[in-house]
Amino acid sequence: MLEPDRGLSLTIARVVQRLQGSSLHSQLERQVSLHKPEIKLESLKEDIKDFLKTSGWEKKLQNAVYSELNVFPSPCHPAAPPEHIKEPLAYMRKAQGSWEKRILKSLNSMCTELNIPLAQKRPANEQKELLNKWNEMGTDEPDLSLFRPVYAPKDFLEVLMNLRNPNYENGEQPSFRNHLGLIQVPLKVKDIPELKEDFNELGLNIGQLGIDDSAQVPPEFFENEHVRVGQKVLAEQDSAAAQQYVRQGCPTALRADLWALILNISNQPEDILYYEQLKSNVIQHDLLVDSLIYKDVKLTASNDDYYFVFEDYLYQVLLCFSRDTSVLEHFTYSSATPPKSYIQGKLGMEEYAVFYPPNGVIPFHGFSMYVAPLCFLYHEPSKLYQIFREMYVRFFFRLHSISSHPSGIVSLCLLFETLLQTHLPQLFYHLREIGAQPLRISFKWMVRAFSGYLATDQLLLLWDRILGYNSLEILAVLAAAVFAFRAVNLMEVTSLAAAEVRISFT
Amino acid sequence: MPVRIWGDAVVGLRSPVPQVQEIVFRNFYTAFLSVRVQRPGPGGSRRWMTCLRDLCLMPCPHTEEGSQDYFCLHRHQVSMSGWDRGVTSLWCSPLSAHTPGWLPLQGSGAHVPLTPMAARVPVPHSAPPALTGRCLPWTSSIWGGLGVLGGCPKSCPQSVPAPVVTLPVPSLQMLCDLDQVTAMRFILRQPSPVWLHFTIEDLQIFPLGQKSPQKDFPSWLSQLTPPEQPASLHGELPDPEKVSTEVQQMWVLTEVIRARQAAARIGRFDVDGCYDVNLLSYT
Repeated sequence: MLEPDRGLSLTIARVVQRLQGSSLHSQLERQVSLHKPEIKLESLKEDIKDFLKTSGWEKKLQNAVYSELNVFPSPCHPAAPPEHIKEPLAYMRKAQGSWEKRILKSLNSMCTELNIPLAQKRPANEQKELLNKWNEMGTDEPDLSLFRPVYAPKDFLEVLMNLRNPNYENGEQPSFRNHLGLIQVPLKVKDIPELKEDFNELGLNIGQLGIDDSAQVPPEFFENEHVRVGQKVLAEQDSAAAQQYVRQGCPTALRADLWALILNISNQPEDILYYEQLKSNVIQHDLLVDSLIYKDVKLTASNDDYYFVFEDYLYQVLLCFSRDTSVLEHFTYSSATPPKSYIQGKLGMEEYAVFYPPNGVIPFHGFSMYVAPLCFLYHEPSKLYQIFREMYVRFFFRLHSISSHPSGIVSLCLLFETLLQTHLPQLFYHLREIGAQPLRISFKWMVRAFSGYLATDQLLLLWDRILGYNSLEILAVLAAAVFAFRAVNLMEVTSLAAAEVRISFT
Repeated sequence: MPVRIWGDAVVGLRSPVPQVQEIVFRNFYTAFLSVRVQRPGPGGSRRWMTCLRDLCLMPCPHTEEGSQDYFCLHRHQVSMSGWDRGVTSLWCSPLSAHTPGWLPLQGSGAHVPLTPMAARVPVPHSAPPALTGRCLPWTSSIWGGLGVLGGCPKSCPQSVPAPVVTLPVPSLQMLCDLDQVTAMRFILRQPSPVWLHFTIEDLQIFPLGQKSPQKDFPSWLSQLTPPEQPASLHGELPDPEKVSTEVQQMWVLTEVIRARQAAARIGRFDVDGCYDVNLLSYT
C-alpha cells in the first residue's frame, strides 16, 4: 500500500509507460496526425480532449487503462524488492521455488530418458508437413506412450498440504492453532458476511441468469430486460460497465462480445499478424512441451463429450501460447519464475540464456481445459487465442502457483475448507474421519476452474462471475456449495471413493 | 486496561538527528508498533515521548495479512509511502523487559550506539541486530488471565474459534515532533500466540532534507495538475535556427524510441535464429 497521492502517481506512470509501448499509442498518433488541421496550438489541450471524445478514442483509452488496472497489482512499496511484488511472504516464495525445481527435474529426466532435446529446429520437410495439416492437427496420432504429464493436480495438492509457515506455532498435538483441513497456512480468508458484501449482486433478491428457481423475480421479465441492458452496454463499448453487467450472468448471444470487451480484446489486424507469427514459430521449432500438450489434449478434452470437437482449435491455441513471449510479462506479478536454459549447451553464458518454453509456462495434466470452454464462444483462432491468453495472465496462472494472493490456489483451498468447516461442521468432521478430506475431492475442480466438471452452459455462467468480480474466490464458494447441496448423501458414505461417486457432476 | 507488550526494543542514535523525516522498515509478524523518541528536556535532561501509539501493521494478528509488508512512517502522518534503500541506516538491538508487566525478550538488553551512515548501506536481513520479540508459549490459561478479551479488528477465521483480543485503535498521526531526537524506542506488540517470533527488519531512518530516493517518475508526471497557463505568444520568439536543431534531435529520439518499441513487439525467443535447448538450468 502506498499513500494515495504517490500511489496514484506511480499507477499513472506505469499505465502510461505500458500504453506507450502498445499499438494503441501508434494508432492514436496516426489518427491525431490525420486531424492536425483541427488541432490548434493555442487551444491544444481542449482540442485534443474534443478530438478524443468525438472520435471515440476516449472510450478506447478508458478501456485500455481499465484493463491495465485490472491486470496489474497496485504499486507496491518502492523499498520492496521485485520478489516482494511477486509474493510478499518469503516462505511462500521458497515453496514455489522448490516446486519449480521439482518440475524442472522431472522435465530434465524425461528428456534424458527419452533422449530427446527440449527444443530443436524442425527440418524443412517437417515444417511443410505441419503447415499443411495446421487445421487438422487432431488427426495426427503420434506415439506419446512414453510421455507423461509433468504433474497432475493431486501432486500439487500434496505440495500445498505440506506448506508451513516456519514462524507459526505448529504443535504436534491438535490445538486451535492447527487447522482441521489439509491446508495449514494461516492466510486471511473471507467469511460469509464479507463474501456477501463482496458478491452483493449474487444476492437472492437480485435477478440472475442461469437460475430458474428464483421466486422473487419472474425469470422471463428479468431475462428480457437483462438482454436489453446488455445490448446497450455493448453499444457503449465500455469495459467497466460490461464487467459490472456480467456479474448477473451473460445472455449466451452476447457473451463472446462482452467477454472480449471486458478483456479489452479487439482482434485488430496487428493482433492477427502477431498470431500468425506465433504460428510460424510453431512451424519452425519443435518443442518437447508440444508433446506434453498433445498428450494432455488427448487425455482430457478429446475424451470429453462437450469438448472433443474442438481438438484442432486446442492445438492451434496451446502450441502458439507456448511460443508467446508476451506471456512472460505476467511473471512480474506471479509468484512463479519461468524456467531458464542455455542454447546449444552454453551453460552459464548469459547471452545464450533463454526461457523455456518461450512463454515460461510448463503445461500440466488438465491445462488444455482452460481453453476448451472458450472454443464455444470464439471460432476465429486468433481471437480465441487472445481471449485465452488474457484469461490466463489474469486468472488461470493463480490456480497452479503457490502464493498468498486471495485468488491464489492456497487461499481458495483454505476458503473452501473454512466455509465447509464453519457451516457444515458435522459433514466436515464425518468426511475427515472416514479419510475423505473434502479438499481431496474439490481440489481438482478448483485447479481447473470447474472446466470439465460443470456442464458448459453452467461453466460459462460461472466464468461470467470470475470476470465480473475479477476474482477466483467464487470457485471456492461454489465448491463448498456443492458439498452443502450433497450433504445428506455424503453423510452416508464411508470411504473416499464412495464420496467421490456421490458428489460427481455426471 | 493495559495491553501486554510482548516485544520491546530500543534504537539509540550516536549523534542526534535534527529532524527525522521518515522511517522505513519491513515487518516480520509484528501486529502493532509504538514509537517513542528521546528528546532534550528542560535543564539538559532527556525525556522520552510517545510519537506513535499502536500503529496496526497486521489488521488480523492471527493471519498473514501485513506480516511481511514494507512500511513507512512519515514525519507528519503515518502511511506506507515511497522509499528506496537507505540514506541513513541504523541498527538496533533487542532489549529485555523494561517494565515489570512486560514479558522478557530474548537477547541482551543494551542500548546500542548507532551511526547514521551517509553511504547506502541497508541493514542486512539476517543481521543479528534486529528488533526481535519472542512469543512465549501461550496457553489458554494465559489467555484467560489476560484481561484483554474482546473483539478482533477483523474477524479471523480459524479452525477453532481462537481467543480474540481487543486491540487499541491505531493512531495515524505523530503525537509529537520528531526534532532533536537522541534515541528512538520501537515497541512491538503481537497479541496472537500463533507466531514464534516477531520483529521489524531493514530499519532505515532518514533525516529531514535527505528525502528517500523515489521510484522513477517521468518528469511530466510532476506537472500533471499545474494551474493551466496558456502558452504566451507575446514574448520574443526564439531563434528559429536553434529551435530547428532541437527539433531535429527530438525527431531522432522519437525514431530511436519507435525502433526500440518495434523490437519489443516482435517477441523473439531465439538467439540469432537458434533455439536448440537440451536441458533446463536449475539456477
